Amino acid sequence: MLTKRIIACLDVRNGQVVKGVQFQQLRHAGDPGELARRYNVEGIDEVVVLDITATLESRQALARTINAVAREIFLPLTVGGGIRSEDDAAAAIEAGADKVSLNTAALRNPELITTLAHRYGSQAVLVAIDAKRQADGFGVFVRSGTTDAARDAVEWARQAQARGAGEILLTSMDRDGTKAGFDCELTAAVSDAVDIPVIASGGAGTFDHFTDVFTRGRADAALAASIFHYAESSVRELKTYLRDRGIPVRL
Amino acid sequence: MIALIDYGAGNLTSVKKALTALQADFTVPSSVEACAQASGIIVPGVGHFAATAALEGQWLQSIGAAVADGVPLLGICLGMQWLFEGSDEAPDVRGLGVIRGRITRLQNDPDRRLKVPHVGWNALQFNRSARLFDGLTSGSQVYFTHSYAAPVTSECVASTEHANAFASVVERDNVFGVQFHPEKSGDAGLQILRNFLRVCGASSANAAAGRRC
Repeated sequence: MLTKRIIACLDVRNGQVVKGVQFQQLRHAGDPGELARRYNVEGIDEVVVLDITATLESRQALARTINAVAREIFLPLTVGGGIRSEDDAAAAIEAGADKVSLNTAALRNPELITTLAHRYGSQAVLVAIDAKRQADGFGVFVRSGTTDAARDAVEWARQAQARGAGEILLTSMDRDGTKAGFDCELTAAVSDAVDIPVIASGGAGTFDHFTDVFTRGRADAALAASIFHYAESSVRELKTYLRDRGIPVRL
Repeated sequence: MIALIDYGAGNLTSVKKALTALQADFTVPSSVEACAQASGIIVPGVGHFAATAALEGQWLQSIGAAVADGVPLLGICLGMQWLFEGSDEAPDVRGLGVIRGRITRLQNDPDRRLKVPHVGWNALQFNRSARLFDGLTSGSQVYFTHSYAAPVTSECVASTEHANAFASVVERDNVFGVQFHPEKSGDAGLQILRNFLRVCGASSANAAAGRRC
């Protein structure tokens, strides 16, 4: 049976892992290679490296960081942040990424999804959606969450799939870093609208939040950062907890 | 020397990193002559079956000849699918045809929320013992990402369940195929690659002994 994936996210700035709250107030959380090695031993299923300042400061995800992580782990590795062109994606993949995550660039130029899906296969193309609750549903924000894209998150996820995206990385901006739980309504709405896997992100604080997002939220995978970085809880403890509640995981 | 075949489908970086970590002696040959001299051949690949059209002609002939000569061959993901006669994904492109059968699209199952593509970690159910399984137990989890798959036939040594069972590992004489990505499947995946390298080492030692006789 296909298991639910637990994914660790490394938000990287200048080669170091940092973590913020609602996309602000960054604090230092360690060396990316070291964290990846620890997660691998603990049984993480996948790692995402996001160069969080790339979009704003016009930088590409650092090949050095990707390399440092890819050397430590033999697990699927996704790289995002500032991937704006086919060349940016090629550089990340050559450095050791298996998948690239497109956000702002995909909205601005949806054809990039198709171009990359043709070149590397859909499985290599994630579309990241930063969503925020609005009066009439869930809106999409871009440029590291600073700009309202005036798009509906569910509709955009559907279109991203049609363009060739292989997975959706869905972040609730309202919940990001708050540890108040995933936005299960948002996740379920997107998961029901597409056939490709949906990775839920933003808000993980307790093990029950993961149970919720895999059941009520109908997520295929859940991504977290803070809960793992500061060694608050280990990946293995989380997976054991989920297995005991009937959720299939790799242990 | 292992020949890692680059036919432009996806990237070779992950497979190279895994082979490097296992201290394997490998090369990415630019001409087909390397196949005959290789101690083993790996055909990796992700993406659309149509990409294997790049192997039609010289590569297909040379790899086919090397395999007939006893050189071990491992196909990974799309590379495994290419071992079969063909695929519904690209009906005009022929596979190597060393394993009988045809690749078909995976079934989804909306009631059980089973999606296609099949992405993530799933279990290998061993159907019988196989050289690739040394050091592993049935139920080992490995990483898949695909929409098409091979049928469960007599060459299927491990199967995996999504909506239906499909062949996740095949073995026939010196030909091996894995539908998942061993280079992305943690320790279990590295063990499978290590087992293939051991098969290659053993067969090249035999070939050397044969030449001496």
